[in-house]
Formats: sequence, C-alpha cells, structure tokens
Amino acid sequence: MNWILLPLQYSFMQRGLAAAVMVGVLCAIMGTYVVLRGMAFLGDAMAHAILPGIAIAYLLQGNLLAGAGIAAVVIALSIGFVSKGGAIKEDTAIGILFAAALALGVALISSIQTYAVDLTHILFGNVLGVSASDLWLTAGLGLLILAVVALLFKQFLVLSFDPILAATLRLRTELLRNLMLILLALTVVVSLQTVGVGLSAAMLVTPAATAYLLTRRLFPMMVVSAVIGAFSSVVGLYLSYYLNIVSGSAIVLTATGFFLLAFLFSPRKGLLWRTRQA
Amino acid sequence: MNKPVATEPARLDVDGITVAYNGTPVLREVSFAVPHGARVAVVGPNGAGKSTLFKALVGLLPLRAGRIFIHGLPLGHHLDCVAYVPQREEVDWRFPVTVLDVVLMGRFGHLKFVQPPGRADREAAVLALDQMGIASLANESISALSGGQQQRVFLARALAQEPHLFLMDEPFTGVDATTQEATLALLDHLRSRKVTVMISTHDLNLASTRFDLVLLINRRLIAFGEPKAVFSADNLAQAFGPQLIHLADGTVFVDECCPPEDEHIHPGAAQ
Repeated sequence: MNWILLPLQYSFMQRGLAAAVMVGVLCAIMGTYVVLRGMAFLGDAMAHAILPGIAIAYLLQGNLLAGAGIAAVVIALSIGFVSKGGAIKEDTAIGILFAAALALGVALISSIQTYAVDLTHILFGNVLGVSASDLWLTAGLGLLILAVVALLFKQFLVLSFDPILAATLRLRTELLRNLMLILLALTVVVSLQTVGVGLSAAMLVTPAATAYLLTRRLFPMMVVSAVIGAFSSVVGLYLSYYLNIVSGSAIVLTATGFFLLAFLFSPRKGLLWRTRQA
Repeated sequence: MNKPVATEPARLDVDGITVAYNGTPVLREVSFAVPHGARVAVVGPNGAGKSTLFKALVGLLPLRAGRIFIHGLPLGHHLDCVAYVPQREEVDWRFPVTVLDVVLMGRFGHLKFVQPPGRADREAAVLALDQMGIASLANESISALSGGQQQRVFLARALAQEPHLFLMDEPFTGVDATTQEATLALLDHLRSRKVTVMISTHDLNLASTRFDLVLLINRRLIAFGEPKAVFSADNLAQAFGPQLIHLADGTVFVDECCPPEDEHIHPGAAQ
C-alpha cells in the first residue's frame, strides 16, 4: 500500500489529485450531454478558443482561470449566436472561430519570455502546479455546474432528446441551450489545469462514451461516466508520478483504455457481443 | 367552404397565417376554424406544407402574418394543451432512455420548474402506454423498438400530455398493421374525450372514410370541409396536379413516385 501513499506526502500531489478528481467528475457529467447531442467538436473548439483569454490574463498578471472563464462565456455565447442560423454552416463557423482564437492565443503567448514552458502547461495542463486558490475556484465552479444540472435535469433531458417537444412544452429552449453552452465552457475552463487545451475534449467525450456503452438511461450514464472520469484521473496521476510522464496524457490514455475495454466487452453494445449475436 | 357552426369559441381558429421557412413562404394566407372534438385530415402533395402547418400550430415556426387562436386565445396562452406527434425520424432512437422515460416527458408541461415527475405522472404515463398496447415495453430501451412501437411511444407520450388539440404528422406512413389499428383506436378514444385531432396523411381513402373534415392544402388552402365536398375532381386537380391518376371506374389516386425532398424541413429548434 505504500506506493499509494508515497506520492501523497507532497502537498502538490494532494492538491493535484483533488483537482484531477473534480475535473474528472465534472467533465464526465457535462460530457454525457456532449456525447448525446453530438457536440464533441464544439467542446474541442471551446477549449482552444479559451487560449486568448488565458494569454491576456497572463500578460495582465491576472488570475488565469478567471481569464479563461471570461473567454469561455464569450465564446459560448458567440457560438450560440452563430449557430442560430447564418450564411455558413455551424461547424464551419466554429472551425473558423476556434482556429482564429488558437492562433491569437499562441501569438499573445509567444510575446512572453518563458514562452515554451508556459505554452506547454496551457496546452497540456500542469496538474501539479494547482494552487490552493485554484482548487477552491474549481470546487466552487464545480458545485455550481452540478447544481444547475441537477435542478434542470428534466429540461436538459427533453432538450437533448427531443428539441421539438421542448419547444412545444414551451420550455425556454434558447435560454436552456445557451445555459448548457456556458456550463460546458466553464467545465472546459476547469479542465485546463489537469489536461490542458489540447486534451480537454477527450475528458469530455471519452468517459461519457464509455458510460454510454455500459448503461441504458441518462442518470446511470452520468453516474458511471463520473466514476470512470474520477478513476481515470486518479490512475492517470499515479502513472504520471511513477512513469514520469505528463499528467494530462496519462489521464486521457487511462480513460481511453477504459473506453476500449467497454467498446470490446460491454454487454449488448460491445463489439464481441454484437459479433456473437450476428 | 362553409365553416362548421360552433357555439363556443372554436378550439382552433387559424386566421390568415403565412409561414416562411428560410425566407421562402411555404404557406400563404391559410384560414380555417376547427370545432371542439372534430377529427381533421390534412391532405396535400409532398411539399404542400403539411409539416410546416403543424410546426406553426405548435409555435415551432414563426408566423409571417396572421394569427392562431386556441379556445379563442392567442397561441402560447395555453401552455400545455397542444400535443404534437412528429415524424419518428426527428429524434435519436439510440438515446439512453426507456419507453417510460419518454412518455413521462409528456408530463413535464404539468410540472413546476424544478419538480420531478411524481406518482400521479407515472400513473398517467403507464395508463397512456396501456392505451397504446405497449405497457409491457415500459422498461425497455427505446433503441430496442420497432418502427411501429416507436410510433406508439410517441402517441403515448402525446396522450400523457392530456392535450385538447392533438396533432399527428403522417402517423400511418411506414407502420405495421397493429400500429395502424392502435392509432385508429386512439382516434376513437380521443373523440370520446372531446379532443380535437389533426392528422396529415397521404391516404385519401382513409381521409374520406375516417375523418369529419378534410383540409386540402398545397402551399395555400384549397378546400376545407366535409370529405365529400372537399374531394371534388376540381379540388384534387388543384392540389395534386399531374400527380393525380384517374382510373376508368371514376376513382382517383395520387402517384407517390419520386416526391420532392423539401417537405420535412427542420426548424432551428431541432439543433
């Protein structure tokens, strides 16, 4: 058991582990909506589009998470605005927006002296650099997101499954859609600490997709997804400690491992099951 | 085109509506009034605007002109009295919900903002499932259903909404005989509850035998009234044009080959 406790003697490891678990759970829960509504590309775009916000906060020596948060909300609302029906298709608009924002972010960061190190941390996360105040901010945002998801569970369910019913029931569909985008953006912001801009989408999609293969109702899917997200974060962090590899990569690769297991062996939806039935 | 006499405000009063999709008007200046408990078939060729009409009636598409009244009050005043059964392709049937979950969604209009469905809602949902003959499927994943069963789940959900106005888009297209029978039985049940029903269909025979009123449209109103009056050769020719085939014995039917693809437009709400 010593190998489990050994890393925890360092307070940065304790904070990192707490952050990783919170991020794992949050991403996994918002990820169920991302998977079910086919928003994976959007989640990825959002993560990249947040980069300029972080860069500006860095240049102004403000709080990086706060900068990312502001950028995320702006991005979420502009994606909501663009997808309301414009001259070009939604995914094209998102593609343009996210590439431009990434370029702007890298341009801003490249003006900083310690460019290479900072960029690596932002792109791939630095879970061991999480400060106590980051941790509190993550916990606060996390509780807020979970509370909104819990309160609006039935509205988000109808909106995701059948937007037409949502509209005929006179739910405020536009408001709900924008709210969901904002929750997603905040989740992405929180996830930047552990897995960074580059791998944030994986934390949204992979645990939720794994849970999709293992469950048949939305709430159990969220629970299973959260468990997989948290467990992947813990396992990944230990792998990163003992193998001396980047934590974000280790976490995402662990989650991918779980996905492959479910993809092959899930009852009913797994590859083996389906080939045996066929 | 004589309006049926109604003693109270018509359940549905459509006053000169024009509905556009992506800037192009699909329906122009359509007016009609449906009395309480009537059963109306909405008939027209593909692309006539049948789905568009329904989507306008539930507020999914904005009106360019005109007004819609339900119980004499503007659309949207009664929050939960219109149920719309869309075509089955409108939702993702691999979504992780059970049959009962879907039918319970029909109850959400009766619930407060953060209130979860309670026992009464569950009972209403089970009753609706029973009505459609699929109570045994309540705990099945919707991904396991056949097309006809999917249709019946949608009908049960609409029933659980306890609507006054029940709109169904092509419920007889591509379903098995059991589902067709269940749907027709549902119509009789709805009549006994004085629920007004509007159904779009391609089946002229069904429209003329099982419905009180027929609304014949082709991007505009062509005729509205009792089936016998509406299905005159002249009206049908106006609605269907060259798609109409006259047989030697005097019967007519509609050639459904190669319909245009522009009928089933999806409004932005579908995203």
